[in-house]
Amino acid sequence: MSKILVIAEHLDGKLNGSTARAVSAAAAVKPEAIDVIVLSDAPDAVAAEAAKIDGVSKVLTVARAENAHALAAVLAPQIAKAASGYTHVFAPSTTFGKDLAPRVAALLGVSQVSDVMTVEGPHSFKRPIYAGNAIITVEVDSASIVVATIRTASWAAAASNGSAPVEALSVDATLPSHTRFVGLQQGKSDRPDLQGAPKVVSGGRGVGSKENFDVIYKFADKIGAAVGASRAAVDAGYVPNEMQVGQTGKIIAPELYIAIGISGAIQHLTGIKDAGTIVAINKDGEAPIFEIADIGLVGDLFKILPELEAAL
Amino acid sequence: MKILVGYKRVVDYNVRIQVKPDGTGVVTDGVKLSANPFDDIALEEALRLREKGMAEEVVVVGIGPADLTAHLRNGLAMGANRAIHVQTGDAVSPLTAARTFLKLVEKEQPGLVILGKQAIDDDANQTGQMLAALWDRPQATFASKVEVADGKATVTREVDAGLETIEADLPAVITTDLRLNEPRFIKLPDIMKAKSKPIDVIELGSLGVDAADHIKTTHYAAPPKRSKGVMVKDAAELVAALKQKGLL
Ligand SMILES: Cc1cc2nc3c(=O)[nH]c(=O)nc-3n(C[C@@H](O)[C@H](O)[C@H](O)COP(=O)(O)OP(=O)(O)OC[C@H]3O[C@@H](n4cnc5c(N)ncnc54)[C@H](O)[C@@H]3O)c2cc1C
Ligand SMILES: Cc1cc2nc3c(=O)[nH]c(=O)nc-3n(C[C@H](O)[C@H](O)[C@H](O)COP(=O)(O)OP(=O)(O)OC[C@H]3O[C@@H](n4cnc5c(N)ncnc54)[C@H](O)[C@@H]3O)c2cc1C
Repeated sequence: MSKILVIAEHLDGKLNGSTARAVSAAAAVKPEAIDVIVLSDAPDAVAAEAAKIDGVSKVLTVARAENAHALAAVLAPQIAKAASGYTHVFAPSTTFGKDLAPRVAALLGVSQVSDVMTVEGPHSFKRPIYAGNAIITVEVDSASIVVATIRTASWAAAASNGSAPVEALSVDATLPSHTRFVGLQQGKSDRPDLQGAPKVVSGGRGVGSKENFDVIYKFADKIGAAVGASRAAVDAGYVPNEMQVGQTGKIIAPELYIAIGISGAIQHLTGIKDAGTIVAINKDGEAPIFEIADIGLVGDLFKILPELEAAL
Repeated sequence: MKILVGYKRVVDYNVRIQVKPDGTGVVTDGVKLSANPFDDIALEEALRLREKGMAEEVVVVGIGPADLTAHLRNGLAMGANRAIHVQTGDAVSPLTAARTFLKLVEKEQPGLVILGKQAIDDDANQTGQMLAALWDRPQATFASKVEVADGKATVTREVDAGLETIEADLPAVITTDLRLNEPRFIKLPDIMKAKSKPIDVIELGSLGVDAADHIKTTHYAAPPKRSKGVMVKDAAELVAALKQKGLL
């Protein structure tokens, strides 16, 4: 029988929503137990949130001053120790999980299954390669521990009706001091979180400037949407990096995605393939985004957006 | 200081990859191959550090089949001092790639190893982190800014929450994100100069790397296609269509 350890992602004392998605993927393995591990300097609040996730057997907390920031070099040796007795270690495929899980895998002497989309069996998974243009089925040797990152857009978050016990865990691992946290510059925004929002409005190079991006924010606020962007818009400095959607940005699955002034390069489409309804607004009727859009509207965004707001 | 750079050859990012009808792989015959874009960025960063006097030597590393030579010459033409070609006819897993880099690190004693954050073929995003773990050294992944001084690298990382800055004692492993720099173009005279630069060829088998692969790919499939939708003629029609779907 399988026993799965899920690594909790958290920031500023709050559990990240991707953790409950990783728990959903763990549940698909039909294991005997799903334990969530919280590494922090002060894990209690996060652990209490994790304990509510449906399907969680127990929450393990590792409280150490060194765990104040999520440094992979510091966390990995502790997780590798804690993983003893487990058949699987799962982390969300966010920048947190992508940074940390391979370091854990290497310490355990295994390769990792990156970006799990579906669970076919305890040792069999589907994952994307080539920016999602091919989906492969991989089989992990049944004698090896499975270390995997979970493609969060493929999994709905497990509900929060549970009440799992919380246990403190002490792991005896020597922690390095060669890597130090200096600072985190967070985009301050009252808008919904891009990775969990049911509605997302994204702007591309067609928006033209940082100032012009206000029309995107205004429209998004009107419909209560999170705001994303193409790489071209980020590179041009219209918006900060954390707003990038795509192969090398965030992979998202909102119910509604509205792409405005975005041409639809494969690297961008990779990030939105699982969206419910895709709407494209572009002045070029030949833009590739229309190949995959559920609803397309050809025209100048600066004319259309005010009209849309008026029509709402 | 010496800098080792991962320089992987992949299917060019403009190619729309096709899955073979029998599900045994993707079509790579006759497809354009290029350097992994993240590795061009890694090489550019290493060259800039050398130009700033922070490093003396930049070595590009490729792990792959015998015909990798021309690809490595491109790295030399871009400006690397020399290349190491670890030859193998087999596909290497990220763990095997990391173990291979570790052997080279032991031999070359670099102050920095710069790899791409992911290779755009397998999109594994593992090798750098694994190398750092096996080497027991710092990792600074998804770098968008690197500063090296006083035996330390200060690296700004693109993370989901924004931009994180960390400090890492050297030697360390850095993996590149797209906004770190814009790689230079190769000029014709550089291609000529590159012809005389050395490429060391090492058989993977001779390095004593455990290349056992416990993950097997059993099937390749094309992703489910999204069908072409409808076009609406104006804003009012769009709002009506979204309301009908219950999305507004
Ligand atoms: C025909 C074929 C079959 C394959 N079958 C399998 C399989 O069954 N199982 C499997 O796990 N993989 C398989 N692979 C993929 C394998 O060869 C990948 O190279 C390996 O998984 C590394 O993944 P990645 O490059 O995505 O790593 P990443 O971790 O995404 O790479 C990050 C960085 O590491 C460095 N790097 C990685 N590899 C190299 C390299 N070879 N040379 C130089 N630098 C490098 C680069 O700097 C790169 O940017 C197959 C490949 C081919 C062509
Ligand atoms: C390795 C690699 C990774 C990448 N990763 C990503 C990624 O994660 N995410 C990503 O997005 N890209 C990524 N890219 C870049 C990608 O290839 C494209 O370059 C990028 O997505 C283009 O952004 P865009 O659509 O905004 O710009 P463009 O392609 O320039 O398109 C702008 C569009 O705006 C339209 N337009 C202009 N003015 C107006 C107007 N007034 N009204 C309406 N429409 C207008 C134009 O018709 C055009 O279609 C990556 C590339 C590489 C090589």
